[in-house]
Amino acid sequence: MSGHTVPADFSEHMLDLDEDEDLEVFTKNTSLPDGSPLPNSPSSMVNQYRLEDDDEGKEDANTKDIFVTVDHPESQVTAIETFILYRVVTRTTRSDFDSSEYEVRRRYQDFVWLRSKLEEKHPTLIVHPLPEKFVMKGMVERFNDDFIETRRRALHRFLNKISEHPILSYSQHFQVFLTAQDLAPHRKQGPGFLSRMGETVRAVANSVRGLRSRPEEFAVMQEYVDDFSNKMCCMDKVSQRIIKEQREYVDDLKQYSPTYARWGELEEELTEPLKGVASCVVQCSKEAEEHIQHLSEVLVPALHEYVLCAETLKAVMRRRDNIQAEFEAKNEALLTRKAEQEAQLQEEVDVLADRMEQANNSLKGDWVRWQHSMKTDLRSAFISAAEKNVEYYEKCLAVWESFLVSQRAEAGGGQEDVA
Amino acid sequence: MNTLVCLLQSRKMVEEGSTLMRRMEICVAEAEKRSGKNAVSMQETFTVYLIETRPMDAVAEGHNPAPDCLWRRYSEFELLRNYLIVTYPYIVVPPLPEKRAEFVWHKLSADNMDPDFVERRRVGLENFLLRVASHPVLCNDKILCYFLTEEHGWKEAVYETGFQAKADSRLRALSATFRVRNPDKCFMEMKHYSDELQSHTSQLLRARARVADRLYGVFKVHGNYGRVFSEWSAIEKEMGDGLQSAGHHMDAYAASIDDILEEEEHYADQLKEYLFYAEALRAVCRKHELTQFELEMASQDLISKKQQREELATGIVRTFSFKGMTNKLFGQEAPEQREARLKLLEDLIAEGEETVKEKTIERAEHVEKAWVDIQRFKEQKDKDLREALINYAVMQISMCKKGIQVWSNAKECFLKM
Repeated sequence: MSGHTVPADFSEHMLDLDEDEDLEVFTKNTSLPDGSPLPNSPSSMVNQYRLEDDDEGKEDANTKDIFVTVDHPESQVTAIETFILYRVVTRTTRSDFDSSEYEVRRRYQDFVWLRSKLEEKHPTLIVHPLPEKFVMKGMVERFNDDFIETRRRALHRFLNKISEHPILSYSQHFQVFLTAQDLAPHRKQGPGFLSRMGETVRAVANSVRGLRSRPEEFAVMQEYVDDFSNKMCCMDKVSQRIIKEQREYVDDLKQYSPTYARWGELEEELTEPLKGVASCVVQCSKEAEEHIQHLSEVLVPALHEYVLCAETLKAVMRRRDNIQAEFEAKNEALLTRKAEQEAQLQEEVDVLADRMEQANNSLKGDWVRWQHSMKTDLRSAFISAAEKNVEYYEKCLAVWESFLVSQRAEAGGGQEDVA
Repeated sequence: MNTLVCLLQSRKMVEEGSTLMRRMEICVAEAEKRSGKNAVSMQETFTVYLIETRPMDAVAEGHNPAPDCLWRRYSEFELLRNYLIVTYPYIVVPPLPEKRAEFVWHKLSADNMDPDFVERRRVGLENFLLRVASHPVLCNDKILCYFLTEEHGWKEAVYETGFQAKADSRLRALSATFRVRNPDKCFMEMKHYSDELQSHTSQLLRARARVADRLYGVFKVHGNYGRVFSEWSAIEKEMGDGLQSAGHHMDAYAASIDDILEEEEHYADQLKEYLFYAEALRAVCRKHELTQFELEMASQDLISKKQQREELATGIVRTFSFKGMTNKLFGQEAPEQREARLKLLEDLIAEGEETVKEKTIERAEHVEKAWVDIQRFKEQKDKDLREALINYAVMQISMCKKGIQVWSNAKECFLKM
């Protein structure tokens, strides 16, 4: 026996008994409508569906036949709980939709339901992750406008990723999610508590055995997924650290500029240049604050999304492994059969073999699509971050240059050349 | 680069018309570590600085004579400066670079032996010599000349001037609190200004050091991007090259802060010079207070002696005195004694009048000379600090340009991904 047995991992199958995924909003503040205008046409929705412009999006615009937006978060207060409802608007030309326009209200819990249904139906497809239930470490304060806005954006992206997916966008559950005024009756259908339990037990039983060996391409994939996950976590951490350092820098700049201003008040001839420098520092600190804002709104969410994607990929790999494990277990049973069981076992083995092949193929296909999508998203986020950095430095440059000009004008242009 | 700075500065100061600078080109060229036994016979390590001088006319004529040179340590510079302060109390004497590193931010060393500190001190010492040698009054001082030209025997010459005694009494006088009745208003304003200048420049320097520290942190964390991009590029096929080269740019960005902040230290040193100048200015104002005080004391003393004479002559006691009391209790003294005392008083009054004359002259001279130098100092300060602020802006611009460059490059890498 070679050392290729894959260790069992059944954390994925642990039942999440926590139904109250969005019951964390306790404020009574009615949130502000986000104020973005309702898009009138499919083409105007193109700009909404991607955070940044890129060629990929424009290409799809020509072939896309469904457009989804998530907006207008509103606080809902009932006797037992308070939560946020988001408006989900769909425009589509697809024939399997009865109408071309839908508007529904959904809460976070509903998104969680949709995603779990999609994963259930397509265990080895890569279903885009949802934003987390809770936010870590108070980077964004819980329950305030920033948190809600960040979540809204992420939910918007989630639905758009689903709608772009060649298979998932045709899911019945997706259609119901987008169209049903009341989702509750649909949520009650489908595998209930007990059958989910049963599946878990079965999966655990299979997983305990472990996997014989992974096919080469999936072994490579697993390695990549593990490495990618590490890198994304690092990137996420580094970005957050940079924001932290920048914030402290801005705070100290705010202490720094008054020292020039105060000194300027003491002097006569020097008042003007001292106050000039004070003003430059103030302006630069404003630019720095804007820069931080952009990083928090664009780069960090993008990186964080892919940290979550990495977890999704790990889960997909696990599920694929488990499907293979189930097949292998049954196959082994067939090999050590008693004559009277043979026919039935053979049938079962065939079913599982089919299932495994289907799962593997789904994953293979979706893997390519996912990699492409990842590259596009991250490339776009990095470009935006680099552009913003350039913009920040350009603005600061202009501030200091205009100060120099004013000083040179004062001095009558008698300064040495300073390159 | 250092000789260039020195030449530029010395030429600039020559334009201001000073005798010594016209004669001599001065430069603090190097620093070296030495070991020796100190005053209490303990082994110590210290740094010496090489002072090079060349006659200006030889340079102007195109000859290139080897410079005369000698080594001095920081304590000798201090000795020179103390001599100058005592000998020219009406001059705002240029300050020395700081004795110990202050306003340090995290990466900057507070160690006096640190090569960066030594280098900045070398520049500061050179600056000190150039300022002193271009000062219209100080440049003619013999002791200064010996400092620059006589390696040995200089110390003896300084001590021979007897400045030490004056230094001690000056120190005592200046640190004492005394109440001056009529100080010159301008000098009092100037003293107040010097206090404020000290306060503001030190606040500024402290805030700047903190900002430098933070900026350092921001840049260096980007180095982590470099590392992660590089590692990540290893597992990607299409994105690999783009990530790899972007990573290099992040590393370059992180490294660029070292030079940027080193340059800024020179700006900080320019401000520090005026922080210390503020103290020198204050000392001149205090000296005025002292001369005023001594004049007031001498005048007061003269008045009281004249009063005593009057009382003695007329027998009318206007003021309380023990002599008066004892006279009343034990009877008046003999006429001969009275005569003797009157004579003594007359002598004292004559002396007193001389003293008042002297003190009046001393005070007036100090006011006149000091005011001239204060004006000179003010003009120099305004010019220097304006230039320093402009240089600061230039540094910021340079940093922005570097930032634009690096991030544009990074963007190119991402575009190619």
